[in-house]
Amino acid sequence: MNALDLLRFAWAALKGHRLRTILTLGGMSIGVGAVILLTALGEGARAYVTNEFMALGSNLLIVLPGKTETTGNAPILGGTARPLTLEDCEAILRHSRRVRRLAPLSVGSARIGHGERRREVTVLGSTPELLPVRRLEVGIGRFLPDVEIDRGAPVAVIGRTVQMELFGPENPLGQPIRIGDWRFRVVGVMAAKGQSLGLNMDDVVIVPVASSMRLFNQLSLFRILIEVGAHSEIDSARQDVLDILRERHEGEEDVTVLTQDSVLGAFNRILGALTLALAGIAAISLSVAGIGIMNVMLVSVSERTPEVGLLKALGATPRQILKVFLVEAVLLSAAGGLLGLLVGYLGSAILSQAFPALPTRPPTWAVAAATAVSLAAGALFGVLPARRAARLDPVIALAGR
Amino acid sequence: MIELRGLTRHFHVGDQTVHALRAVSLAVPDGDYLALMGPSGSGKSTLLHILGCLDRPTSGSYVLDGHEVGSLPEGELAEIRSRKIGFVFQFFHLVPRLTAAGNVELPMILAGIRPGERRARAAKALAAVGLTDRASHRPDQLSGGQRQRVAIARATVMGPSILLADEPTGNLDRASGREIIELIERMNRDGLTVVVVTHDPEIGGRARRILKLVDGRIASDGGPS
Ligand SMILES: Nc1ncnc2c1ncn2[C@@H]1O[C@H](COP(=O)(O)OP(=O)(O)O)[C@@H](O)[C@H]1O
Ligand SMILES: [Mg+2]
Repeated sequence: MNALDLLRFAWAALKGHRLRTILTLGGMSIGVGAVILLTALGEGARAYVTNEFMALGSNLLIVLPGKTETTGNAPILGGTARPLTLEDCEAILRHSRRVRRLAPLSVGSARIGHGERRREVTVLGSTPELLPVRRLEVGIGRFLPDVEIDRGAPVAVIGRTVQMELFGPENPLGQPIRIGDWRFRVVGVMAAKGQSLGLNMDDVVIVPVASSMRLFNQLSLFRILIEVGAHSEIDSARQDVLDILRERHEGEEDVTVLTQDSVLGAFNRILGALTLALAGIAAISLSVAGIGIMNVMLVSVSERTPEVGLLKALGATPRQILKVFLVEAVLLSAAGGLLGLLVGYLGSAILSQAFPALPTRPPTWAVAAATAVSLAAGALFGVLPARRAARLDPVIALAGR
Repeated sequence: MIELRGLTRHFHVGDQTVHALRAVSLAVPDGDYLALMGPSGSGKSTLLHILGCLDRPTSGSYVLDGHEVGSLPEGELAEIRSRKIGFVFQFFHLVPRLTAAGNVELPMILAGIRPGERRARAAKALAAVGLTDRASHRPDQLSGGQRQRVAIARATVMGPSILLADEPTGNLDRASGREIIELIERMNRDGLTVVVVTHDPEIGGRARRILKLVDGRIASDGGPS
């Protein structure tokens, strides 16, 4: 009995039970489709985060106060950690040739208002350098004025949402706004940007860093963002910054300098784990589908017991009977797997259409694994029923007992 | 040539032993036409299954064409069934999803015969049982008599030397039954050894030799009375 005959025989058997075959195929394709779709989602999330960071340029150093290895919240001020000051910024600029640009960042939350309208927003304090360092763009008006870093100025640049909410159709340029108890004048509106690294850039107010530190009564900066001249210098630039700050902080290394790569690496680890977890969940549905195949094959064997007896009476060896049922199981799971690939690719294509920011592309390893597992599932879960058929006593089988 | 000597077959049911065959000795020369008769449960089917290498004796010897086959492993028995034996059953045992031609091709598929030759031989076998125009019909589109003729075509397409039929007319009306028996007799005249299990004295009476089993033993063996 050659391969083609086996396939044809199995095909006829599967066609004979259309509904059952379709349901089993459905189970298998959902399993495989789930693996592909969920891993595509996980990979999509990873690609999304990577893109977000890459958009900032790969030459970015982030200095935060306090010694920490994690990338999460800002370390608590006080304790042994010395504040990160504007003087630190000036020292870095003065002493490291590798630093191309630097933007201090202070962050606070304040109630702002214009006339009767009020709004709770995030207030960023920085310098004009923030624009190129964070790759931001001004929509109308100007950005922050180029004043001495430690001199404040009562001017503010607002996000698009803030503009809409506070000013509506009115021209905001030159208008006064209140931030906390202070009065500022709007000099510009940022171009719409949306969510970026967890902050809605359309719903912020940006003021000179000295002003915001005074406004929020802060001794320390939240971050210092540093753009290095070349990517190859990023590690030595990091060392420069550490050295300069250690010297200024009485020999203690009490700041953390993150590179883009280390932050990305942390995110990649987290999202990689997420992808694996999703793959695990999907694998469960795949094994359920495999058990479904076993179930269907067991039913098939017991239904076709007389047929097995007949085949043996016509000269079939136990090996041939084994092959007949095994091929049927593998055909079932392979077809289901193929269908699942289709479902998975279609699903992820639809997802990327619906969420263009999320580049869902099924990872090759997941596609390969799902295909291999679906084939193996047929063979693995088909063995038990097929062996049961092969071992049937032909006389008893013929009697249908 | 079939030679049985002191053949027994026991079945264990719970802690009881059923003696289906007790010391059966028998010789069936090539080309013989033998009717197996006897009351229900007397061991007719059991004997037929052993003759067809579908079952093995508990003890005793079965020599087929000079070779002891009573204790061969399953793979070799399958080989003998494929080449030398053709079975016909009371309930036809056609595969419902295959056409008449597809059913006749089955033993050839199992034997690894190529598609072209398979088709030609199936057509010839169907012509021999008068079903050329029904080759592409499925079993549920055929009458009982036609189904049994497909089964006979399938049993003989590999060119066996022995045809074993277990009550082949038991599920047919009289007229169809006679057609089937006449078909089998024609094949016997062409040299096929035929063993037919039957309850019908009229059919038994047509055989060259009647073997009567009672309680697993040969009660009588001779020509039709
Ligand atoms: N597989 C089996 N297991 C147990 N008993 C069996 C089996 N096959 C046949 N028998 C018993 O063997 C005896 C002979 O059966 P069988 O050859 O089918 O009789 P017949 O065909 O003459 O009616 C009966 O008593 C039957 O119950
Ligand atoms: Mg019987």
